[in-house]
Amino acid sequence: MRRDIFQAIADPTRRAIITLIALQAMTPNALAEHFDTTRQAVSKHLRILTQCELVKQEHRGREIFYQLEIDKMKEIDKWIEQFRKIWETSFNQLDDLLATIKKQKK
Amino acid sequence: MNSTPLFDFSVDKENKTVYMVREFNAGLDLVWEAWTTAELLDKWWGPKPMVTKTKVMNFEVGGRRFFAMVSPEGHERWFIQKFTSISPKTNFKTYNTFADENENPELPGSDWDYNFSEQNGITKVSITIFNESRERMERMVEMGAIQGCAMQFENLDELLETLSQK
Repeated sequence: MRRDIFQAIADPTRRAIITLIALQAMTPNALAEHFDTTRQAVSKHLRILTQCELVKQEHRGREIFYQLEIDKMKEIDKWIEQFRKIWETSFNQLDDLLATIKKQKK
Repeated sequence: MNSTPLFDFSVDKENKTVYMVREFNAGLDLVWEAWTTAELLDKWWGPKPMVTKTKVMNFEVGGRRFFAMVSPEGHERWFIQKFTSISPKTNFKTYNTFADENENPELPGSDWDYNFSEQNGITKVSITIFNESRERMERMVEMGAIQGCAMQFENLDELLETLSQK
């Protein structure tokens, strides 16, 4: 199944995980201590975040640390900016149209 | 309006909601007309160099606007706006979907809520867009990317024009 960033941030636990690992890479056990859920539940969230390519794993000895992919987070901002620009253009066109109509009515 | 008009834009990523607020230097009657009549909508809705072509427009509850965004190359992307609620000169709501040229909707869509208010000859339009699915939010991304490209080409055109005048 295809995963994407919006699915990653749709869940409150996953958002909390993102916030935590944004500060420093963490192991699943260390993360689980911050939540009232089981270690398995945290692992499931980490798996989804990994599939969304929002986090990456780093093996240190026998432990796996999870860290945030900052660039992936920026993708969200990129399209929002495009969407905003589109509407800005249309609204400026509406400004011109309104000004033209007002002039004609005078 | 001499100064830059107010334009607020924010996104609640988690709730798949977009908010926009824009002020226009015109009275409520005129702004309402510009948002609710096909003839006027087609003059401003399509962000350059795209143009909008409205094929069907029944501005009444249960009615719809069936329109296309047309690129300079003539590519058409069709949309349906179904009017779900109308309070004249105050608010209207639409359910928007992408569609094919035969008006078959591509579900899921998104809910748009438009509010209008006038103060001292300035009309404020506030829009809330709620996407019912992340797939739909992604489609908005896709469209944004396509139109973003089109706009870049327009900028290039302008640049080329400026350069050729030298």
